[in-house]
Amino acid sequence: MNNELFGKDINVWIDAFIRVNIITIMMTVVVMGLIYLERKAIARFQMRLGPTRTGPMGLLQSVADALKLVAKEDVRPRNADPWIFELAPYFVFVPVFLMFVAIPFAVSWEVRVLDLGLFYVLAVSSVNIVGWVMAGWGSDNRYAMLGALRAAAQSISYELPLVLSMIAIAMVANSLNLSEIVAGQGRIPNIILQPLPFVIFYIAMLAELNRTPFDIPVGESEMVGGPYVEYSGIRWSFFFLAEYASLFILALLASAVFLGGWAWPLGEDWGRWWQFILTGVKAGAMIFSVFWVRSTLPRLRIDQLMTFSWKVLLPLSFIQIMVNGAILVYEPEKEVGQTLLGVTSVFGVFFLAWIINRSVTRPRPRPVVAARGEAVP
Amino acid sequence: MATQVHPDHEFDVQDLMINMGPQHPSTHGVFRMVLVVDGEIVRDVVPYIGYMHRGGEKLAETMDYRQGIGWMDRTEYLAQFNAELSYVMAVEALAELQVPDRAQWIRMILCELNRILSHFMFTGAFGTDVGVFGTAFTYSFREREVIQDLFEEITGDRMMYAYFRPGGLAWEVPDNFVPRVREVLKSVRQGIKDMNGLLTDNEVFRARTVGVGAISAADATDWGCTGPVLRSTGVPLDLRRTEPYLKYDEIDFDVITGTTGDVFERFTCRIGEMWESIRIVEQCLERLEPGPIMPDRMPRMLRTPPGEIYMRTEAPRGEYGIYLVSKGGNRPHRLKIRSSCFANLQALRDMTIGSYVADAVVILGSLDIVLGEVDR
Repeated sequence: MNNELFGKDINVWIDAFIRVNIITIMMTVVVMGLIYLERKAIARFQMRLGPTRTGPMGLLQSVADALKLVAKEDVRPRNADPWIFELAPYFVFVPVFLMFVAIPFAVSWEVRVLDLGLFYVLAVSSVNIVGWVMAGWGSDNRYAMLGALRAAAQSISYELPLVLSMIAIAMVANSLNLSEIVAGQGRIPNIILQPLPFVIFYIAMLAELNRTPFDIPVGESEMVGGPYVEYSGIRWSFFFLAEYASLFILALLASAVFLGGWAWPLGEDWGRWWQFILTGVKAGAMIFSVFWVRSTLPRLRIDQLMTFSWKVLLPLSFIQIMVNGAILVYEPEKEVGQTLLGVTSVFGVFFLAWIINRSVTRPRPRPVVAARGEAVP
Repeated sequence: MATQVHPDHEFDVQDLMINMGPQHPSTHGVFRMVLVVDGEIVRDVVPYIGYMHRGGEKLAETMDYRQGIGWMDRTEYLAQFNAELSYVMAVEALAELQVPDRAQWIRMILCELNRILSHFMFTGAFGTDVGVFGTAFTYSFREREVIQDLFEEITGDRMMYAYFRPGGLAWEVPDNFVPRVREVLKSVRQGIKDMNGLLTDNEVFRARTVGVGAISAADATDWGCTGPVLRSTGVPLDLRRTEPYLKYDEIDFDVITGTTGDVFERFTCRIGEMWESIRIVEQCLERLEPGPIMPDRMPRMLRTPPGEIYMRTEAPRGEYGIYLVSKGGNRPHRLKIRSSCFANLQALRDMTIGSYVADAVVILGSLDIVLGEVDR
């Protein structure tokens, strides 16, 4: 019997099919759980109860929402560009799921081991901006257009610090393979060696996810939803799904790259389920902190966001890379080198905090007061 | 300092018009403004008001003086006692009624508590404008609820109190009035501290508000701005101090002023005024004594002699004035409300031109408009 399909053994296809299905189902369930948890967590921060009516403790709220969204009419504005408008949600949604391929959950528990895993994840993660711009352009709505342009500007700006902070880690870990990066953190997680890239990654992650204080493209109180203001029903829920899925994946990435994933502090001896849970707990802590930030901070303005990225985060990440390079070349001894890495990076974090503090507290010049009807730059 | 609106390059640049409102989350009701934007910079703002016009001034002319009080609640629905006060005092001045001391102290307490309530509403809504996802709103509303509960106990209503009467008060306050007010003040103090922690001392909040939407003292005066909007520019105009009414001349309090007149100072001025209101209420509670709350001989139907009067008081948003013409009889011949929000809103265009789109929302929020009062 011929066991080949498209030139490959049929078992390879079955294997791939099963893995893809596991991911899709798991992601959908996780996203529904995250939406529920976010609503509950933010409700707690705001002295509310959150959903209580659907199911015990409102547990079925996400299911009810999903059913409602599926049942809703799919409205397309008359002047919208039909192809671009209808394809945009998939362009946002698919790259997020592709990112999932390289994330390790436990020893050899990942969809595929990619030697360039880190590179792959970062490359795929920046594709979904195409979908945002398509949504903004296709909707034929000025709010959507402004929101999409903001999203593009923001995504391009924060892609750079995100990638550069990852390069700093790749230098220390001496690998781009995510499984190897995690396995290398058995003794010391990267957050201790490289706190500055972690801080930069965290900030850039918030910006990538369009979450407070960087939810400028969506901007509910000014842009009323930004690129997806015209979407309804199932297409809108695709955007929502992508947003929470990318939150989950970036949290997993942070837990793998900075917090030691499954390797720290348990090591490889423990069972895989324990490692799986450990990865999940670390990712959960990251996600919770994102919720926390969301319920606390106001939103930055677009120029402040760009200034912060290009004038603060980007130079700092370059400096970190140069310092890392110098240390790794001239101080290859393990103990001394690692101590130096940690110390310089901590110094960098304090420097970043000082810059933020200074920009807020320094005495400002008296604001330019407009004479009547005249524009002020 | 003139800027070049159109850059010198070969492409034809077209400004984009964005319609904000009347269905928009941050227009505080049904306000509409059309922004002309060049990228992210606002080049022009055209505000449209009138969506909530109910013809209130004309309606009040068909009501007798007692019924008109309820209408005042409906114009300024976040500072009802202050709005009632202007109207009631105008009628009292026309009819030459002497208000008993106790009624005056209670009026002061309620007006100052209402000022705190209104400013809490502002901090909450403003937090949402700046982009806090609802947290400032719920924290503010907790304190607002505490005050509103007290008002409900006194007046029996949560929004449309109609408690002040020409001559005094509708009825005596409950027996536990003084301890209840002290309880409320305790809660409010903690609430203001929470607000400072959440907003005033927040780096992102400061980045968004300091230096934004500034207006000079001269321009603010020219536009007729009053209240915190004017005081934040450094003009110490507070009718409670400059033209004392009720018993404000016997009370020790500070007039909070700013220097730069930007959004942040408008915010901090209001926070400062809340502290001052607490001080005023505490002094009023010390001075409160039992006594009558209405003049001895009140006519069954209040009639005013012919004449006209303009009575203004310091409401939370500025000068709330009532111009009342009487031709005798039991109802006003003509009533005109001088709305503080209406005047403050006129300065919006000057403040907004040249700022960012996101700032337009923040500046509008910092003016703290109540559309019911703007459109009447």
